[in-house]
Amino acid sequence: MLPGMQWLELALRVGAVTVAFLVLPLLVGQTEHKVMAHMQARLGPMYAGGFHGWAQLVADGVKFIQKEDITPRAADSPVFKLAPGVALIPYLLALAVIPLGPGDLVGEPLDIGLFFVLAIVGVGVVAVLMAAWSSANKYSLLGGLRAAAQLMGYELPFVLAAASVAMAAGTLSLPGIVEAWEPWWLIWQLPAAIVFFISGLAEIRRPPFDMPIADSELVFGYLTEYTGMRFAFFLLAEYVGIVVISALTATLFLGGWHGPMAESLGWLWMLLKTAAVAFVVIWLRVAWPRLREDQLQRLCWLVLVPVSLLQLVLTAAVRVAMVQS
Amino acid sequence: MRPKGVFGVSVPGSGLGKGLAVTIKTLVTRSTTQQYPDVKPELPPRSRGVIALREENCTVCMLCARECPDWCIYIDSHKEEVVVPGAARPRQRNVLDQFDIDFSLCMYCGICIEVCPFDALFWSPEFEYAEHDIRNLLHNKDRLGEWMETVPPPQPHDHRGEPSKEEANAAKKSGAA
Repeated sequence: MLPGMQWLELALRVGAVTVAFLVLPLLVGQTEHKVMAHMQARLGPMYAGGFHGWAQLVADGVKFIQKEDITPRAADSPVFKLAPGVALIPYLLALAVIPLGPGDLVGEPLDIGLFFVLAIVGVGVVAVLMAAWSSANKYSLLGGLRAAAQLMGYELPFVLAAASVAMAAGTLSLPGIVEAWEPWWLIWQLPAAIVFFISGLAEIRRPPFDMPIADSELVFGYLTEYTGMRFAFFLLAEYVGIVVISALTATLFLGGWHGPMAESLGWLWMLLKTAAVAFVVIWLRVAWPRLREDQLQRLCWLVLVPVSLLQLVLTAAVRVAMVQS
Repeated sequence: MRPKGVFGVSVPGSGLGKGLAVTIKTLVTRSTTQQYPDVKPELPPRSRGVIALREENCTVCMLCARECPDWCIYIDSHKEEVVVPGAARPRQRNVLDQFDIDFSLCMYCGICIEVCPFDALFWSPEFEYAEHDIRNLLHNKDRLGEWMETVPPPQPHDHRGEPSKEEANAAKKSGAA
């Protein structure tokens, strides 16, 4: 290969991941606007852009840019300003290793892709704590501590459920896991899939796990003091989070690009599965009320962790039986 | 008491399923939202939007102004002599000078319309006459006359309802004759 080609390919991959990073969350956000509206017997945005308010999020972005960027006087300014970036970057990196299609259709085929994704998604808690602590606001701090307790707790079932798939596939590489996936895994790994999805929801602090934000109790949790673009970055991080969690669920448990004509249409199957999971994320937000803080911890430690441990035992047993036969 | 599920046993988490079912059902049901400023609402024919005046029917009998519970109708008139050829004396008739309805006071009871013996007042379904200044809600007789264009034709009678008094009387007369 020519030396120049390498750089071109790299630029192409980085560009594609960045485009996905910027476009997919907007699609999810717009879908949420419309789906939530229709689930509540409303129409949602109808004006921006003309056709059924398709440009609503663009309009929102323009509005956010115009807003005053306020840093509270008592705030720890550098930390306060850095937090939105710290919230956003991990998801961008996570998107880079999630395979879109068969072969080489992935930003960066990493051998320890799963390990990398789980580690980098966990960085989110740092951003939340930074935002909460530096805001110099007691509601922010309460929200941040709730988030920390929640993310620490749910990290465990999240990782254990993912470990089950890694054990079943015998690899930590995300493309490798998709390669090894077979349809009967849907049954075999079902408990892990449910645990992974639920704790994934908690990881990105989506309703019904939005205790850290809980606007009826904490104003807006760790986002209370943020305005303008920094606030928009946090919101964007939430929606990229949906994309990442949906894509990970689709990759690990729903067979990623597997489907009819996977060789040519694999990317479409992957996108469709991701979209389906994202729809469920939105659906749960509309249908279910927020959990109380104690219910949240109870669900994690008394339900999700035991279930994922049992799943690990089951996976190991089936795996050993398969190897011996 | 908590509602019981299948076989009198409430299944834990059944409420979560119900929530999902309700939202997905609402999602696939057509929304009834009216796109008001873009699409005009379809109002029932007897909507009480604004009161219209047919000036030439008004005889200045003052019934409407007197019956109005809010006293929001202001009428002023003068008498004119009409010389009728062949008559012994010239006739007198009332000429309407002022007919104002103050819609900032009106409570849309419709008594003025009910009470008018000469069909000079009508309901119109038109409702877009909000003003920045409350004083502009006082509609004079020209403005009230303009609303006449928006008055819908009278509804046909309900074919299973009682016949009108006029119809019943006519039928009785022709039956007696």
